[in-house]
Amino acid sequence: MGRRLLIAVPYLWLLALFLIPFLIVLKISLSDPELAIPPYTPTLDWREGWAGFTEFLSQLDFENFVFLTEDDLYWKAYLSSLQIAALSTLLALLVGYPIAYAMARAAPEWRPTLLMLVILPFWTSFLIRVYSWIGILSTEGYLNQFLLGIGVISEPLTILNTNVAVYIGIVYTYLPFMILPIYAALEKLDDSLLEAAEDLGCSRLSAFWLVTVPLSKAGIIAGCFLVFIPALGEFVIPSLLGGSETLMIGKVLWEEFFSNRDWPVASAVAVVLLLILIVPIVLFQRNEQRQREAEG
Amino acid sequence: MRRFSWFNTTALTLGFAFLYLPMIILIVYSFNESRLVTVWAGFSTKWYGELLQNELFLDAAWVTLQVAVVSSTFATVLGTMAAYVLVRAGRFSGRTLFSGMIYAPLVMPEVITGLSLLLLFIGIGLDRGVLTIILAHTTFSMCYVSVVVSSRLVAFDRSLEEAALDLGCTPWEAFRLVTLPIIAPAVISGWLLAFTLSLDDLVIASFTAGPAATTLPIRIFSSVRLGVSPEINALSTIMIGIVTVGVITASLISKNAALRQRAEEQAAERAA
Amino acid sequence: MADSAEARPMPHGGIFEPWNDPTASPLIRFENVTKRFGDFTAIDDLTIDIFEREFYALLGPSGCGKTTLMRMLAGFETPTEGTILLAGQDISPIPPNKRAVNMMFQSYALFPHLSVWENIAFGLKREGMAKSEIDARVDEMLRLTRLERFAKRKPHQISGGQRQRVALARSLAKAPKLLLLDEPLGALDKKLRQETQFELMDIQEKTGTTFVIVTHDQEEAMTVASRVAVMDEGRIIQVATPDAIYEDPSSVYVADFIGDVNLIEGRARPEGDALLLDWAEGERPLRCKTSKSFSAGQTCHLAIRPEKLTISAEEPAEADNRARGRILDIAYLGNISTYHVELPGGLVLKAQAANTRRIARRSFTWEDEVWLSWTETAGVALER
Repeated sequence: MGRRLLIAVPYLWLLALFLIPFLIVLKISLSDPELAIPPYTPTLDWREGWAGFTEFLSQLDFENFVFLTEDDLYWKAYLSSLQIAALSTLLALLVGYPIAYAMARAAPEWRPTLLMLVILPFWTSFLIRVYSWIGILSTEGYLNQFLLGIGVISEPLTILNTNVAVYIGIVYTYLPFMILPIYAALEKLDDSLLEAAEDLGCSRLSAFWLVTVPLSKAGIIAGCFLVFIPALGEFVIPSLLGGSETLMIGKVLWEEFFSNRDWPVASAVAVVLLLILIVPIVLFQRNEQRQREAEG
Repeated sequence: MRRFSWFNTTALTLGFAFLYLPMIILIVYSFNESRLVTVWAGFSTKWYGELLQNELFLDAAWVTLQVAVVSSTFATVLGTMAAYVLVRAGRFSGRTLFSGMIYAPLVMPEVITGLSLLLLFIGIGLDRGVLTIILAHTTFSMCYVSVVVSSRLVAFDRSLEEAALDLGCTPWEAFRLVTLPIIAPAVISGWLLAFTLSLDDLVIASFTAGPAATTLPIRIFSSVRLGVSPEINALSTIMIGIVTVGVITASLISKNAALRQRAEEQAAERAA
Repeated sequence: MADSAEARPMPHGGIFEPWNDPTASPLIRFENVTKRFGDFTAIDDLTIDIFEREFYALLGPSGCGKTTLMRMLAGFETPTEGTILLAGQDISPIPPNKRAVNMMFQSYALFPHLSVWENIAFGLKREGMAKSEIDARVDEMLRLTRLERFAKRKPHQISGGQRQRVALARSLAKAPKLLLLDEPLGALDKKLRQETQFELMDIQEKTGTTFVIVTHDQEEAMTVASRVAVMDEGRIIQVATPDAIYEDPSSVYVADFIGDVNLIEGRARPEGDALLLDWAEGERPLRCKTSKSFSAGQTCHLAIRPEKLTISAEEPAEADNRARGRILDIAYLGNISTYHVELPGGLVLKAQAANTRRIARRSFTWEDEVWLSWTETAGVALER
């Protein structure tokens, strides 16, 4: 009895507020836009019973998805999201790995402090962290002032409202997600393995490539997915730091919904985004599973 | 450490400079006299004063705080229940779907979560406002809470619960008297996580908030779209300050507790 | 090993062996109990009786089902088939929190957020006992386990041995009819374990509680128990007093599991109340007294404990059995030495001798030719 209630409460909550809303998105993505409230058709009328339901089904179609393939805005937005997410993930790895490595090699009494310093930004507002870059990257911003001041450049650089600013924003905000799993993998690495490698004739660098990197592979993969997956659907960073040339699917969805009020197309965009995300999510789950089995 | 070389020192210095400089600049310039935020014109706290006069921000902050407290409390209760179900309830029909629904919101893009909830609220004719934001925030933060709590429950020695049953507790008493006090730190960090997620959320709140209720992130977002403003700098400084003090205090408390426990354990073994 | 406890005397003088009393009714009875987890059979059609005031040890390798048996008594598992009776009443429908059975967990399962005093009082409070009674009972338990000084400490502030005593006090506080102990001494180091074994026996006697202990440590089982049940793969192999288990094992499995043993396989040739064992071509048959009946030519195993073999340089004049061999190895254990002697056929027998002289003056060394001898009552003839 108690057990059933315990299961039922969170279960029903998630069904009602997670699964059903998602099914509604799916359904609206198959509907037609209409100048009405709500702005789509057909709407399901339960009073008409089974006939109403079949009538309802017959009116659903894949028109919106066909539309997505015809208008190259959407194609480009998906591709550019993938590209921006992938490149920022790579950059985050290049920036994050040395930090994680240095943390794992730091004296044990320092590690908790370093770890806290990495986690602290995660607790600070995402919006504020993105916002802080506007002042740095703008034409008359701190970066340009600094570079002009030391004489490296003579004309201010245009960084804000370009894709470069989006890369910086994603790397900056998601860096802790990259550092933490790599650090966790490297911290477990036994120092004597490197000593053994050197003892067997490796140089420091080849010991790093042949021992450290392979043993931190699981952490690298986990970190990459943890950056890539949220970056793909990102909205705040492209809309604050990106420019008109920055096409990201989260932003397109937002505008489709709020500016064009085309709910069926917005829903179709969401469904396709989710389909694209399933691949990395499944790969990520597999990686985690393997990791657990290897440790377990 | 032998390997603590110049390379590691450089990596840490540059890495933490990258992580912290933007926020430090923000804090410094919140005390700037000038409205031109990129030009330093002397120290002043006037933007904090202006901020406290700004009704729009104060109202939004009040809404945000209400939403965060209520939604994180609900999320903690539901998330703890969900964690208990995941770790302890064994097999039941629909278990795979259940764990899927717990983990999916963690990787779901916020735009999709927001859109789907908005469509639900419109579909059932629920007026958008504080209530709808609370429902939305509770739903996604309960998943985070359940991940935090279930990782603690997995490590929890099950024989403690069995001992409680053995000594005459009902299952509910065993949870209340034994399990809950022991997992309390995880439940508290789950609550704090849910609270910050709610304070922080822009996208889902934008979808689910109506004209009647505007949260602080929505207010900040519409303001910073027009560029940097000294009031937002001041507001950011306050928020960063609260979080920093909170996180450092929490970690000091838990570090001291761990140190004291270890010292007492060692003393007990020595005395034996 | 050799000092296994004798059947302990009852307070009123008689020998405590209710299992030999046909009128005694058992406190616990397992009737054809089977427990399956999916395809795995943990307990296989098991029937046993445990009597009041007994100290009953379940002994077996890990995975033999002894822990499952105990968890069924505590109420954490229900039998797939069969019934478990406690004082004649079927306990299957009773949840763990309503059973007059308490358990001491292997990990001790002390509540880390409660003090020693609160841990011991935990079960009493659930009963709704009056405050003054709780105080008295907890104090009594603290005295019994010599923990008075530690009442206010938390579990992490006391040593491993003290924690073990808190767990015992907590599970005894409710004065259960039956106390279950799951590897109670497993986490203690060897010296402390031996001291605690006697303490446990003392407490069992003082409180008169029936104890069922699960252990994989045969020495522990032999020391504390009134009867030992040897288990393997979900079945009971033998239930007997410690000395009977050691001296008169019912099977090769038990003989081999408990202590050290030499096993000699051969063909039986009955001769009156004894039996001759043809064990190797051209060797004299071995002679062994037995009450079991063997048919001629039947496969038979002779089990002899190493300490029952005598080792000598000269051929013994009068011995029921003797064999000549070469010393292969000597394990020096301080008080005794074990000699590994290889017989001509390649069979290696172990013989133990007390080191009554200093080592420099001992009589045998590696490669020496020696004689092993034993009496006809020294070994046990086993069918399997």
